[in-house]
Amino acid sequence: MNLRELAPAPESTAILNLRDSYGLYIDGRWVDAHGGSMATISPATEKPIAEIGLANAGDIDLAVKAARKAYDTVWSRMSGSERGKYLFRIARLLQERAREFAVAETVDNGKPIRETRDIDIPLVAAWFFHYAGWADKLDFAGLGTNPRALGVAGQIIPWNFPLLMLAWKVAPALAAGNTVVLKPAETTPLTALMFVDICEQAGLPAGVVNIVPGLGEVAGQALVTHPGVNKIAFTGSTSVGRHIARELAGTDVALTLELGGKGANIVFDDAAIDEAVEGTVNGIFFNQGHVCCAGSRLLVQENVHDEFVEKLKRRVSTLRVGDPLDKNTDVGAINSREQLDRIEAISATGEPEGASRWTLECAVPKAGFWFRPTIFTGVSTSNTIAREEIFGPVLSVLTFRTPQEALDKANNSPYGLSAGVWTQTASRMLTMADGLRAGVVWSNTFNQFDPTSPFGGYKESGFGREGGRHGVTAYLAAGGAR
Amino acid sequence: MTENSDSALALRAARLYYDEGKTQDEIGEILSITRWKAGRLLALARESGLVSITIANDAASPAAAPSSGIIPTARSRAHGVVDSASLRAFVTALPGVDAIGLEGRAARIATRSVKNESKREALDTIIRLIDLTTLEGADTPGKVRSLVQKAVVPDPADPTAPRVAAVCVYPDMVEHAVAALGDRAGDGLTGIGVASVATAFPSGRSILEVKLADTRYAVSKGATEIDMVIDRGAFLAGDLDLVFREIAAVRRACERPDGTHAHLKVILETGELRTYDNIKRASWLAILAGADFIKTSTGKVQPAATLPTTVLMLEVVRDWFALTGERIGVKPAGGIRQSKDAIRYLVAVSEIAGDEWLHPYLFRFGASSLLNDVLLQRQRMTSGHYSGADYVTID
Amino acid sequence: MSDMTIPKTYKLFVGGKFPRSESGRTHAVNRPDGGFLANVATASRKDARDAVVAARSAWSSWAGATAYNRGQVLYRVAEMLEGRGAQFAQEIIDSTGATPAAAKAEVRAAIDTLVWYAGWTDKFAQVFGGANPVAGPFFNLTVPDSVGVAVAVAPNAEGSSLLGLVASIAPILTMGNSVVVLASESAPCVAMSFAEVLATSDVPGGVVNILTGNVAEILPWLASHADVNSLDLTGVEGEVAVEAERSAAETLMRVIRPRTFGATEKSFDRIARFVEAKTVWHTKSLA
Repeated sequence: MNLRELAPAPESTAILNLRDSYGLYIDGRWVDAHGGSMATISPATEKPIAEIGLANAGDIDLAVKAARKAYDTVWSRMSGSERGKYLFRIARLLQERAREFAVAETVDNGKPIRETRDIDIPLVAAWFFHYAGWADKLDFAGLGTNPRALGVAGQIIPWNFPLLMLAWKVAPALAAGNTVVLKPAETTPLTALMFVDICEQAGLPAGVVNIVPGLGEVAGQALVTHPGVNKIAFTGSTSVGRHIARELAGTDVALTLELGGKGANIVFDDAAIDEAVEGTVNGIFFNQGHVCCAGSRLLVQENVHDEFVEKLKRRVSTLRVGDPLDKNTDVGAINSREQLDRIEAISATGEPEGASRWTLECAVPKAGFWFRPTIFTGVSTSNTIAREEIFGPVLSVLTFRTPQEALDKANNSPYGLSAGVWTQTASRMLTMADGLRAGVVWSNTFNQFDPTSPFGGYKESGFGREGGRHGVTAYLAAGGAR
Repeated sequence: MTENSDSALALRAARLYYDEGKTQDEIGEILSITRWKAGRLLALARESGLVSITIANDAASPAAAPSSGIIPTARSRAHGVVDSASLRAFVTALPGVDAIGLEGRAARIATRSVKNESKREALDTIIRLIDLTTLEGADTPGKVRSLVQKAVVPDPADPTAPRVAAVCVYPDMVEHAVAALGDRAGDGLTGIGVASVATAFPSGRSILEVKLADTRYAVSKGATEIDMVIDRGAFLAGDLDLVFREIAAVRRACERPDGTHAHLKVILETGELRTYDNIKRASWLAILAGADFIKTSTGKVQPAATLPTTVLMLEVVRDWFALTGERIGVKPAGGIRQSKDAIRYLVAVSEIAGDEWLHPYLFRFGASSLLNDVLLQRQRMTSGHYSGADYVTID
Repeated sequence: MSDMTIPKTYKLFVGGKFPRSESGRTHAVNRPDGGFLANVATASRKDARDAVVAARSAWSSWAGATAYNRGQVLYRVAEMLEGRGAQFAQEIIDSTGATPAAAKAEVRAAIDTLVWYAGWTDKFAQVFGGANPVAGPFFNLTVPDSVGVAVAVAPNAEGSSLLGLVASIAPILTMGNSVVVLASESAPCVAMSFAEVLATSDVPGGVVNILTGNVAEILPWLASHADVNSLDLTGVEGEVAVEAERSAAETLMRVIRPRTFGATEKSFDRIARFVEAKTVWHTKSLA
């Protein structure tokens, strides 16, 4: 029988209850935006989902003031345990409505329903649960007793994990006692706007969470430079992160940045080979490769290169590319035309610079933005595809001969977010983990996330950590008496 | 002693050693010579070309352990010809298994959603791959006849329901199964096969003579397939050579006078081997020794078949095929009771080994209650409403 | 016999050696009363460049030293300072006009600060990191790692000519970073005498490099240097600090802004500002 071709198994969108248009959510109310509007579209079909109002600088000012008022009058005066209860409520509500959010995220982002259902949304709830418990334990965060919140946090999140990045930002900020103004990404505002409903069902006081979709250069810029903001947390590209850091020079605004990466995934000849193949696939084809910590540079020991690549291609050949709402889809749509263009442009440098290209042969839908999983072999460290973050389903395969060479090549990057090590030799694994200049090292696994586990980069991958105790300290300052 | 008589003795020693799995001590006893002499005879057998040991260099074998240096090829299979040092070196040098990664792979396979026409086809495929099994102390000729009827006509209300691949019984029940099948007997594809467990099933704790006699008896009564158990004790004690030679000897015992042989399924009893590394090594060992199928479990030990274990064994047969061009079958057995579980195994077969493995010669389910659950699902898909237990027959 | 003293020639401290500025420049430093104290080297951008090279090459072995060893080395610096306590007190008086009691107290505090940080080397990891109880079959640990090469501008404030310098350097060294320090413009002689302490203790050459000169001139070159990982602006003010922070943004350098920490603070947070948290996951199973 033929099981490679499965009958369509689409997740129903009947669970969604979307509006035709969304404004801004400021001070506990929906208000009109003054920076125009744009349709958010489904990247798998290019069909519009809803019209989204865009904040201008004036709208951002209102949002910051609302957050300040909520901070001064309500949130900073509330006990930690009370704040925690709101976060627990939010976590539960998200669990109850998980499928609805998963479907919405898939429609808006283009990522497979399997991922939003099994990974994104469960982690969102977990993040709120974890930080809910921090709210009344801040004395143990490592800043001495009575640490204080920073005040109003401006948060700017990317399009690759829209609701999850919201959770990474909002949960620790609220737990630490800050109020927030959050700007979702231009192409993926939907679940952040739906999150408003969760805040209202949780009874969250007005102004504690303000959601302001908008353009980066307008709303994002206004938020970063607003004098009433005490903290900026940004996840996105290194170039924008650099710009923000420059803008905040000379101010007292606290800053954490989670930026790009070019993660090395290192496979030794003694690795559990089939699991290493699986981890490599998960490392680069998870979420269409739209992952800052993707294992986009495969460093494989030269003596197992051919065998490994053969197994890898075989495994990639079983990936299903297409309708993200289909429960069997492994690789969904590229998030936007702009991103597709970028992936195509960087990938086009591969062959002229000497690499060999292999692309999964598969049908993709006519409408929408698609890029077939691609593997480049024979890649040199100097090649563009080995140095630049592609942020797409494109793997560059390089080789090494000795562990030291693997370490040197892995660290030879301005980035330092993630790395993977595949070996059955424990001492080598630990020494590699010691030597890798990356904020997250996955040994015999890849792309694992957990709210208790700090995440963040070295070097140009940004600074600050999200997750666990380290994540909550990013929203706190040492108190008075110690 | 003349050269000729030495050669004759060497041939006998080689047969005892390679075909019947005797140790050098036992050969000494049987032939009334010292074990040293037995060793020299075996060496002579090898040097004189009476037996040939085929060892391939790893350069030609991409799927196998890069550092092992020696890989017995397919040509050594079924002749039991491999020396213990190279065997040990080979299986212990196989790449290890990371349990979490393997289980993650299996969990991902389990998320596949098989709907509508794909599900209909999958349900029928499951039935065609079932070894309908009864392995009870209370088995009787009547019970076996009833099982056979169920195998032939799984759903009396729906003649479109396919028949199963085989029935699986104890050796003393083989003749009853064969008689009940009559002209509907076959090899799993051409007709319904008769599989017999053998070799002191399920523990395998007996002497080789008993295991071989068990096997020969079942084959002589018409068993088309033999499901043997490996000596898990020997495996865990590190006596890989003994495990290997036993399998090879049972494989010989499966041969019929006309030169054909009953297909040999080798049960690893993965629940007793415990680790995935062990299961991987035992899978390779069984294939090298002549297995036509590798099978997870007897059904008498928990855990029996699991999806990760089956994924691992499918990876081994996939790699063996890449190495030799020869396809080996896989049979998960025990604990697969529901259609949705069985469908996950089919997906595993498809994604790991390939759709060509979804064939009675290459994949079987060892199961009993699974069949009725599949039939209930079929009825639901045919009628559009849910069915009930009274609408499928008990065997 | 003569009462005539031999004045000291102050040079730079780079890579464990005391070179003159490659530019050949010096500048006069006066006592608080206006009298001439000494000529000190005026570092150039090339001296800054050389100092970064020295710091980078010293970093990996210093970061790779055992925590016990780093603690011993820092404690040894305290011992050496203790032995020359009277000399430093006099130099502080000469440079800043501090009272003898204040100068003595500052030396005392500097020694205490060194001892305090020396004790942290083998404790910080336990307090800062630990095991993370992730919801899956993984062993997950967060450990501190050094950031790499730091640039620090020592504070100029009163009472910090030695203490401010020590409080800048010690937390950077604790977890294995190397450093290029721009000495306080008001008390460069004290800084260069401290370099002699470092040179005669067990601190490997290049782990600490001290430059004297014009901060406004050298800092931009260091703040924009792509091989510098973190920038401590404690001793800088005004537009120079803002510009430095702006330059540092180009390579996402970790920046400690002016006044973020009190100069004399014994601070856990300050050590934490000079580490990266690294989180390592590993699968765990018996099967």
